[in-house]
Amino acid sequence: MEQPVLLEMRHIDKVFPGVRALSNVDFTLRAGEIHSLMGENGAGKSTLVKVLTGVYQRDGGTISLLGKRISPKTPKEAQEAGISTVYQEVNLCKNLTVAENIFIGREPRKHGFIDWATINKRAAELLDSLGVHIDVTKTLDHYSVAVQQMIAIARAIDIEAKILILDEPTSSLDEQETQQLFRIIRMLQKQGLGIIFISHFLEQIYELCDHITVLRNGELVGAYEVEKLPRLELIAKMVGKDLNAVKHMDDFAEKSVPQEEVFLEADHIGEVGQLADVALKLHKGEVVGFAGLLGSGRTETAEILFGAHQPTKGQLKVKGKPVQFGSPMGAMRERIAFCPEDRKTAGIIGDLSVRENIILAMQAKDGMFHHIPYSKQVEIADKYIDLLKIKVSDRDQLIKNLSGGNQQKAIIARWLATKPELLILDEPTRGIDVGTKTEIQKMAIELAKKQGMAVVFISSEMDEMTRTCSKLMVMRDRRKVAELTGDEVNSENVMRAIAGGASS
Amino acid sequence: MRGVKKLANDMIASPYFSFGVTVLLFAVLYGTGVAMYKGFLRPQVFFNLFIDNAALIIVTVGITFTLIIVGIDLSVGAVLALSCMVLAWLLANTAVPVWAAVAVVLLMGIVIGAAQGYIITKFDLQPFIITLAGMFFCRGMTAVISRDTIQITNETFTAIASYRIPIGDLGFVSVGAVLALIVLAIAAVVLGFTKFGRAVFAIGGSESSAALMGLPVFRTKVIVYTISGFCSALGGVAYALIMLTGYNLHGLGMEMDAIASSVIGGTLLTGGVAFIPGALFGVLIQGVILTFISFQGTLSAWWTKIVVGALLCVFIVMQALITEQKARLSKKSSMGEPPEKAKPGLAG
Amino acid sequence: MSSVKDKLRAFSDSSLFLPVVALAVLLAFNAIFVDGFLTISLTEDGRLYGRMIDILNRSCSLVILALGMTFVIATAGIDISVGAVVAISAAVVCTLLGGRGDGVAETPLALAMLAAVGVGILCGAWNGLLVAKFKIQAMVATLILMTAGRGIAQLMTEGQIITVYYKPFAYISGVIPGNILPTNIFIALAMVLLVAFLMKKTSIGLFIQSVGINPTAARYAGINVTMVIFLVYAFSGFCAGVSGLIESSLIRAADANNAGLNMEMDAILAVALGGTLLSGGKFYIGGSVIGAVTIQTLTTTMYALGVSSDQLPVVKAIAVIAICLIQSKKAQEMFAAWKERNRGGSKSLSQGSGSTGTKAVNEA
Repeated sequence: MEQPVLLEMRHIDKVFPGVRALSNVDFTLRAGEIHSLMGENGAGKSTLVKVLTGVYQRDGGTISLLGKRISPKTPKEAQEAGISTVYQEVNLCKNLTVAENIFIGREPRKHGFIDWATINKRAAELLDSLGVHIDVTKTLDHYSVAVQQMIAIARAIDIEAKILILDEPTSSLDEQETQQLFRIIRMLQKQGLGIIFISHFLEQIYELCDHITVLRNGELVGAYEVEKLPRLELIAKMVGKDLNAVKHMDDFAEKSVPQEEVFLEADHIGEVGQLADVALKLHKGEVVGFAGLLGSGRTETAEILFGAHQPTKGQLKVKGKPVQFGSPMGAMRERIAFCPEDRKTAGIIGDLSVRENIILAMQAKDGMFHHIPYSKQVEIADKYIDLLKIKVSDRDQLIKNLSGGNQQKAIIARWLATKPELLILDEPTRGIDVGTKTEIQKMAIELAKKQGMAVVFISSEMDEMTRTCSKLMVMRDRRKVAELTGDEVNSENVMRAIAGGASS
Repeated sequence: MRGVKKLANDMIASPYFSFGVTVLLFAVLYGTGVAMYKGFLRPQVFFNLFIDNAALIIVTVGITFTLIIVGIDLSVGAVLALSCMVLAWLLANTAVPVWAAVAVVLLMGIVIGAAQGYIITKFDLQPFIITLAGMFFCRGMTAVISRDTIQITNETFTAIASYRIPIGDLGFVSVGAVLALIVLAIAAVVLGFTKFGRAVFAIGGSESSAALMGLPVFRTKVIVYTISGFCSALGGVAYALIMLTGYNLHGLGMEMDAIASSVIGGTLLTGGVAFIPGALFGVLIQGVILTFISFQGTLSAWWTKIVVGALLCVFIVMQALITEQKARLSKKSSMGEPPEKAKPGLAG
Repeated sequence: MSSVKDKLRAFSDSSLFLPVVALAVLLAFNAIFVDGFLTISLTEDGRLYGRMIDILNRSCSLVILALGMTFVIATAGIDISVGAVVAISAAVVCTLLGGRGDGVAETPLALAMLAAVGVGILCGAWNGLLVAKFKIQAMVATLILMTAGRGIAQLMTEGQIITVYYKPFAYISGVIPGNILPTNIFIALAMVLLVAFLMKKTSIGLFIQSVGINPTAARYAGINVTMVIFLVYAFSGFCAGVSGLIESSLIRAADANNAGLNMEMDAILAVALGGTLLSGGKFYIGGSVIGAVTIQTLTTTMYALGVSSDQLPVVKAIAVIAICLIQSKKAQEMFAAWKERNRGGSKSLSQGSGSTGTKAVNEA
């Protein structure tokens, strides 16, 4: 039995200065459907959602909800029309109580004053109906992110939502919490809500959703029923290559062969609340991938290796000698370099020039009283701009005016300038164009091959990892669960390891 | 051992922990006073705390609103001085009745507050710099009106100023003190039981979340600064009731007294948390210290500033430590071995 | 011809434009309306004398404060305690020298000066500790010292104005016999040169800007953010300490109530006028220095117009708000949108100025 159509988006266009984010995209959602939006980073998923929720204004096309044309201009208008969103980083106020978070902005009142008794009662009932039994009079910061997510959902559905958008809701949840969330989502599905579920966890999409719409480069690839779309085909559609190409993607370049010498050894390191247990050896001339889902502990591991966090157990050894990093500087002295995951907030210094950004780490390492003379700075900057083919108008251009890919290259240049022996790249290819992506992958391999550098490569994109890395450490729940080397390095093995061997 | 630790953690995490510390501190200070000086035991000494600090209580209430939304209003002391001056000038140089002069002063406070709030919010400027400019502006304007002290001799006004409201046989309070308590009560109700008050807290918790939840962020922020301006002006009226003068240096440094009172009373400088009764005790603690100094007789009044500064420091550092502790607790609880309460019940 | 135009254009884009133009306007105003404003003559004992020299003499302490304040603001902080620290430093040096009528110093001058500057550094370090280590908002942290500081100064002077009759003390802000200019001008010059040297020969400027623009990224690049912030406040305290010496020497007394009064506002104003954004990041030492001289000229001009010292803040408050609005991104966007609507299609403003700024810092 076909359910009635809830939402129809037709020919949606959205242009940002210099980028066509969406072009002619259609999207249809029926009542009682859990529909996933799929696509690589930058495919246009989040832009489409933001157009729907009124964060962005579309430049073309129509949106109709239950046959009625709508054009939400703010999230509030979208909400009033019946479109509610729950974001990855929960958008609630931690200083308010659970009940208030559900009702704020539309509090029931008695004699003109807020009726707290009713609020607390209704909030408790609402959460009970979702199977969440908590004290609603406690402030939100008493509860885990998972519970906060459910509270956000409770708020969303209580505003008479017809459509519920869940944007990466599971990225910081553990297995049990995820299952509880899924139970709630299915319950809402039975009540006839249309649900848009965005996640980069394939497993979860195949477990939960019944339809998938795939986007690529701002264009619609197609809408499919989940049962009729095998995973490999889905991935092929997302990356825009045919099936055979995907199959051969795993071996696109000759990988680097690790040397005998161990550069760094982590002897069962861990940090309370961050990382459970990781033991690994990084050889010279080896590209090691940290695979695992977001929040599996891969970034946490990298940050401990770089001294940004201090392990509370275990021991780090560089070339066999025990070390303790009190700060990133400690790690830098041992010739370890780290390109952090979030380029904007932790990488670039936006208002400084490309030159200054490139020499920054080197200068920090030399200390403020060993100023690198201007001519030397120019020399270094030019060398790396040349080497990494960073596209700049001149070296004194502000780095914030470069494209994402070139910013990333500049950050890599910053670290190469310190002549590291271990280079950690955390999501170096996120949100940058395909051409640059390939360049960076090749560069990682080259550095390991030619200079004998140890390289750690962290990425959410499986194929990128399997192509680039000669060894993979697979992580789950903040601990290492498998190590794959040589021929074992392939997507299937990684997935299996992540899933804990239980899934297909 | 573990139980004790957990209890301690729970206590620290409680929103009333800071308030508890404040009340305890007040009791200890007052107790010490009673033990040291005979005069402290008289009930009137206690009532005098309210009489002498009526203006500070009102100003603290106003500044607390701005602190909740992670803003600040450094202009409060200067607005207070300007209000005293305008009031004194109007009463001395014109024939306007007292109520009209007070109305003009209050309106002025509202306009100054609203203007500051509008500039801060509309142009996305740091509140401290704009209100610092506001502080200089108002102080300067006070001097523009008169560089000398203006006495208030208006009979109605002096009559109100000297009116004693008896409290049984124990003593009396002034009109200003009653005014302060009324403001306190209204603020507590507004913050606790109105949509506006809750929106203020929501903005303090997370401005972007508040906006996404559809709350009127812009309007609320401007109103918050308007309230602060209004309270400063009203505080000025209360101050004039005590001093009966308009003077350029009235309320000098009062912004810190007010911030200190608010913080000592449990307002977090990181925003989103405040407790109005706590702010009262914050003021009372400062009042007790002043009383101490006056009883002692030989200490310089400047010690008050230093002690208040030191207290503010202690409480801010305490807040920083509590926040850190809390963050650590919640991090742990989202990490697998949570305390029972942080786990959703699994039904079915 | 076009190169002159280019140069003009580059100048109008540079951070020095606003303060220089403001200074020029003020000077022109004075030259026209104040008799003998531009005259500089030589007195019998061989020192230069004139209104301009006077302005320079009086702007020294502000120039020095502005140096420290520039760094603090560049790290996205603020130090509103400088005025109080000036008062403390003044109180220290004067109590140590003592107010003996026979003109004998109770402590050697050098020692007293050292102590005053030392106390200034201590005050700055205290601010730095609160801001860098305890992560207290800079405004609140320095507010504590702003108010408590005057109390401390009062306690030192026991509520009195201590007048120092020891002659050499006046030399700090006066003319040492045989010299032609007041000593404090040389002190200010030395401080400016010291800062210029630090900018040229060390990377502290780069680190401060990195911390101000993006502290997280700065930390990941290996910069000790806590240390940079701490040092910046300590340096601001140092500057305030030196300013205190100059201020107290000007009047040969320590007045805990009035020494350095409202100077925090002047310093902030000077920095903002000099082109440094109050939200931190890029900073311009040259701009701040000229800004400070401009503010002092404004003060002197206002006094000449009959505005009293306690009324003057009105003017400065308006100036601060005006500069904040000019700097505000939102206001710029609104202005651009308004221009677009009126003229239709003109190119954006925000480019250019940034990259010229980089050079300004390196050259400073």
